[in-house]
Amino acid sequence: MAERPIRVLVAKPGLDGHDRGAKVVARALRDAGMEVIYTGIRQTPEMIAEAALQEDVDVIGLSILSGAHRELFPRIVEQLKQRQLDDVVLVCGGIIPDDDIPLIKQMGFAGVFGPGTSTQEIAAFIRDQVAKKRGARAS
Amino acid sequence: MNADWVEQVRAGNPRAVARAISAIERGGEEARRVIIALFRFTGGAHIIGVTGAPGTGKSTLVNEIAKQYRRRGQRVGIVAVDPTSPFSGGALLGDRLRMQDLSGDAGVFIRSMATRGSLGGLAAATADAVKVLDAAGFEIVLVETVGAGQNEVDIARNAHTTLVVEAPGMGDDIQAIKAGIMEIADVLIVNKADHDEVSATVAALEMNLNLKPKTENEWRPPVLKTIATTGEGVAQVVEWIGKHRAYMEAHHLLHARERARARAELEKVVQNELMARLLRGVNGTKFDTLVEQIVAREMNVYAAAAMLLEEGR
Repeated sequence: MAERPIRVLVAKPGLDGHDRGAKVVARALRDAGMEVIYTGIRQTPEMIAEAALQEDVDVIGLSILSGAHRELFPRIVEQLKQRQLDDVVLVCGGIIPDDDIPLIKQMGFAGVFGPGTSTQEIAAFIRDQVAKKRGARAS
Repeated sequence: MNADWVEQVRAGNPRAVARAISAIERGGEEARRVIIALFRFTGGAHIIGVTGAPGTGKSTLVNEIAKQYRRRGQRVGIVAVDPTSPFSGGALLGDRLRMQDLSGDAGVFIRSMATRGSLGGLAAATADAVKVLDAAGFEIVLVETVGAGQNEVDIARNAHTTLVVEAPGMGDDIQAIKAGIMEIADVLIVNKADHDEVSATVAALEMNLNLKPKTENEWRPPVLKTIATTGEGVAQVVEWIGKHRAYMEAHHLLHARERARARAELEKVVQNELMARLLRGVNGTKFDTLVEQIVAREMNVYAAAAMLLEEGR
């Protein structure tokens, strides 16, 4: 089976409208050779899961600055489960207190990237995670 | 893919449809299997191409057109193509951003596609992705091309009805009479009709259409004004798509288009197969060696091709 470019959905759940960070990351992942599906702000958990399903993505990257991650992230994970998208790599960034990181990882997020993370670091992390998933599926 | 994936695709199961399209994008043997299994279930969809320059409002218009068809109870599949970076191989697929109204509607399936190096306004896999949606029972399949320049006209071969979207202030009457994209329109749309200069744009397009010598029973594309952000004029677009479809059927042109498309597709597959077969028969480094010789002006491209063809026999 030929390798395909890594497909990433970049979305902002919830109601905060600051999408500069998400756009910077989307652009950086594009430059890292990935196909980025950018859906922008005010996404509901259902919209995110549905887009991930139709676009058959390897990765979902969520940007959130509003502080609603504790409420929204579990609902997104639940919507993904309902659609049997358990093997999609989940990463997030934005304003997330350090204390919440263990909780978010417990929900199934592979990576949490706070302010100051370099975009190369995010791209490298994603590449590594997807390689592991694809390797596991092939064997 | 699961054993019963064909049934699942035909039932419109979104996961099965999504995976089948991914298989097609990956290409090779798997892609071939998908089309071989699904091909006999295709032919039911009305394929509508939407093309035009970047920023004319194609995605927003597709969103509104899809809503119109949904109101009429028809299921809508959408393939939206954006360019792949020639430098990184990555892509930013942003068409979905304009189609949020359609989210949550099980009668709509949207797939974003990167061109992955293919020219002409579509991805190499677009035509086959459309077949998957066709087999999945979507009565309407909308194909949005990359922001097209003057020569990205592949969509005309792949669609039953082609919409060319313009916006006011994009060029004068000379632009309107140039060959290429303007010629493939079955329906011409001047979007952003709330902007200035809209009447000048409409006039330029109408003039161009009027310059064409009339032949009997020929389809004359209408020039329609829309404001996609509010949905104004879009009902009329859908009406004209229906008229075009009826016209094609009445004049047996649908069959002619299908024939032209089948011919082009067959040619392309044979070309690719021959190329693959040839390269299999040729020593692996031979191709690269010849390329180097051409660059060094030691060999011309025709002589190199002749050598390859001889060796690959």
